Amino acid sequence: MTAPEKPEALSVLDRPNSYIGKTVPRPNLDRLMQGRGQYVSDIELPRMAHVVFLRSPHAHAKIVKVDAAAAKRMPGVIAVVTGQELAAVITPWVGVLSHMKGLKSAPQHAIAINRVCWQGEAVAAVVATSRALAEDALESVVVEYEELEAVTDMRTALDPPTPVIHASLGDNLAFERIHSAGAADQAFADADEVAEAEFVFGRHTGVTLEPRAVVADWNAAEARLTIYQGSQAPHMVRNIAALHLGIEERQVRVVCKDVGGSFGIKVHIYADEMATYALSKLLRRPIKFVADRVESFNTDIHARDHRCRGKIGVKRDGTIAAFEIDDLTGVGPYSMYPRTSAIEANQVVTLVGGPYVTGNYRARARVVFQNKNVMCQYRAVGHPIACSVTEGLVDLAAMKIGMNPVEIRRRNLIADDAYPYVSPSGLRFEKLSHHASLNKLLAMMDYDRLRVEQAGLRKRNVHRGIGIASFIEVTNPSAAFYGVGGAKISSQDGVAVRLDAQGSVICQTSITEQGQGSESLTAQIVGSMLGVPMSRVRVILGDTDNTPYGGGTWASRGAGIGGEAALQATKILRKNILDVAAAILQSTPAELDIADGVVVNSSDRAPRIELKELARIVYFRPDTLPPGIQPELMATRHYVPREYPFAFTNGVQASWLEVDTETGFVKLLKHWVVEDCGTIINPQLVDEQIRGGVVQGLGAALFEKCVYDERGQLTNANMADYLVPMSGEMPDIDVGHVVSPTFESELGAKGAGEAGTAGAAAAVANAVNDALRPFGATITEIPLTPQIILTALGRI
Amino acid sequence: MTPTSIALEVNGERIEAQVLPRLNLADFLREHLHLTGTHVGCEHGVCGACTVRVNGEIVRACLMLAVQVDGNAVQTIEGLSDSGEVADLQEAFRNRNALQCGYCTPGMLIAAQDLLKQNADPSREQIREHLSGNYCRCTGYQAIIDAVESTARSRGSRS
Repeated sequence: MTAPEKPEALSVLDRPNSYIGKTVPRPNLDRLMQGRGQYVSDIELPRMAHVVFLRSPHAHAKIVKVDAAAAKRMPGVIAVVTGQELAAVITPWVGVLSHMKGLKSAPQHAIAINRVCWQGEAVAAVVATSRALAEDALESVVVEYEELEAVTDMRTALDPPTPVIHASLGDNLAFERIHSAGAADQAFADADEVAEAEFVFGRHTGVTLEPRAVVADWNAAEARLTIYQGSQAPHMVRNIAALHLGIEERQVRVVCKDVGGSFGIKVHIYADEMATYALSKLLRRPIKFVADRVESFNTDIHARDHRCRGKIGVKRDGTIAAFEIDDLTGVGPYSMYPRTSAIEANQVVTLVGGPYVTGNYRARARVVFQNKNVMCQYRAVGHPIACSVTEGLVDLAAMKIGMNPVEIRRRNLIADDAYPYVSPSGLRFEKLSHHASLNKLLAMMDYDRLRVEQAGLRKRNVHRGIGIASFIEVTNPSAAFYGVGGAKISSQDGVAVRLDAQGSVICQTSITEQGQGSESLTAQIVGSMLGVPMSRVRVILGDTDNTPYGGGTWASRGAGIGGEAALQATKILRKNILDVAAAILQSTPAELDIADGVVVNSSDRAPRIELKELARIVYFRPDTLPPGIQPELMATRHYVPREYPFAFTNGVQASWLEVDTETGFVKLLKHWVVEDCGTIINPQLVDEQIRGGVVQGLGAALFEKCVYDERGQLTNANMADYLVPMSGEMPDIDVGHVVSPTFESELGAKGAGEAGTAGAAAAVANAVNDALRPFGATITEIPLTPQIILTALGRI
Repeated sequence: MTPTSIALEVNGERIEAQVLPRLNLADFLREHLHLTGTHVGCEHGVCGACTVRVNGEIVRACLMLAVQVDGNAVQTIEGLSDSGEVADLQEAFRNRNALQCGYCTPGMLIAAQDLLKQNADPSREQIREHLSGNYCRCTGYQAIIDAVESTARSRGSRS
């Protein structure tokens, strides 16, 4: 691990005893380590009933009849509810955004009415006094289906003989984006070499260890719904629940306690969750839904099912002349709500070629409907695809002209002094550090020595490879992501801080915690800015009744946006405290500071008054304050980036691995990442975000794939058949940093949540191809299973 | 189905209960005894989130029936925390940030403690191998391996 470099100029962050830039343990971990956390699946309420969903065994079928008579007579059963019956309390939705021009989708119901469109779509809800009794009764619900032809292959989804899933839409095309910049045709014509490949990405999913879960509690006497749910975006859930239940937002409270993993899986609103809210209202009692693992595989959003044709033109001197892509993705039968299923393909178009200077770029992306589970945004949305295509093409180009993969990158990465910079897809980069990052990476991995080692081992028939992948990452999204398209998803976040009567600080923030360290970074910022120990800062998050309005934690926005709001709110509180202190001490605010919970002289740091004494005077003896003073020991500030729609970050990864050419197995030996997320609040938390992200990318590279058959049946919906990365197969990961703070905020922090996932698979794929170079094999498909590798080697 | 009587010890406390034969140990601990630190992740014995100790051996509570622990001694993360047995391991997890969402952590701690009881000086490879039945989606495992390794080292230097 390399220590972060300090920014040169002094800023508001350079206060005495600052926690910014320091590794400190996250507060309140004992709760989780002692098994005393509270995840949604742990919650029990009086009169709570349990819902289970009967799910379609068919990928596409008409629902002819649902016969629940026998189920309703089963022990413990409270109700069996069909889609038609539930529609009395909840309205359907359509997952579109107006800025995704042309994006279309069909109305989706909480429980299917008349027709099911994927294997796993809910057909009926059974509510009983226990989950086991509900599952017993589920088996007695008889559904008569008339099977319809399923659309399963994205490559033929738009062909005339293929059935149209939603007749009212006219075809199976959900969204198409075409982009052109520079003069791609001329550039390809002028190029010395052109390389082309089809990159294939396996459909995979998040596999959060805690499945999705909801407890919905409609209190008819209060006319209020309380939703306990592990959501990354509680205010969004409140808005959507209110909208579709026909009530107002003030009638809904969303509470997010501990969350057992999210990664984008829990940033959406699923039909079964909507059904649970509606059932609580319908049955006037708390209802609990906890997905089991099979349901998770069949209904948690999937991601990354893309086939992308890519082309690169290169000059003999290594100059990249142009990029071109044609991306195709199948997203299931509906565009997901409310963030839509067009974003990943859109990101691919936006991000391909992003680290490089060439201005010649042409792209097309098409998003098609199919009868499989829905796809939507999962950690690093679009980044792994864009990065794998770009970096795969760059390596192919290097191979064509016989250039070292490091050298071709050096010749084409945007120069570190070229900023601000606008990319061919229109992205504005404030400050990136591709070259500094690459140099640091090469030093960390001792690149030249590894190449020597590789060459030596090759002679002994040991095939190791080195793969490098540069990337850019979208963080700190402004309203440009969702708000401009009409989605009521806040891009700003708010923080309220107050001094309590004993001199401690209560901080309410609209960002949420799923283990990234939102609570820690907030306490670190508040403690540092105010001058109190972190242990005296209590952070409240994940409760729409008790936090300011805001976006939550997703798209690498918690630290950069929520952190800046915390900084600004605390600055105001500090000023207010110093105003009161000056009045009490007959001094001036400029002569005073706060350190370690005590107001001190700025000059000689001599203690003047403890914050708890100041608070005592303000709250209990305001009569002793000079006339005309009304202390405000609470401050609220909101923040949203306005200048840059996104704060882009960058980084580079490298993989060192060995391919067993007899068995096709890949052994990961080591992985390196250098990443630039601007100001680092807690180095350990940033590094662990990156390591976790890398391993999610490694899962996609080697193991993870939702395997559907031609009838739209998911054939590996369990953890024995769907492989995830386990400790035995994962390498140690070295993480280094370059620090280019954003100047849009005082904090200067950008996001780091996607970086690891963005480039890991690209680095691995390039390393596998590097290892296989003596065999003349090139693979552009992930996951890189033994079967894929042995096929490429011509062994099977 | 008729309930069966079972009598057992859970975290040192005598428990008598009426349970259906089909009830698994994880659901018994969570729903009957409200020991919710035993987490349910996959319910088919792969993820390790429900790892507990039965008569000193680690088991997956989702693969064992409550009636099978009749007459046995069960220890969960709550018990191991209160007794202080894993306090140093928990401290190492905290200092190394070896947990993010925390859902795998109780099972991970119990599995790690099991290793350290059998092998006071495990290699990183051995730690990775022993924990390879416990799924963590957040950390990428390295911090967990580091925390277990440092606990082994500090226990070794104390003894």
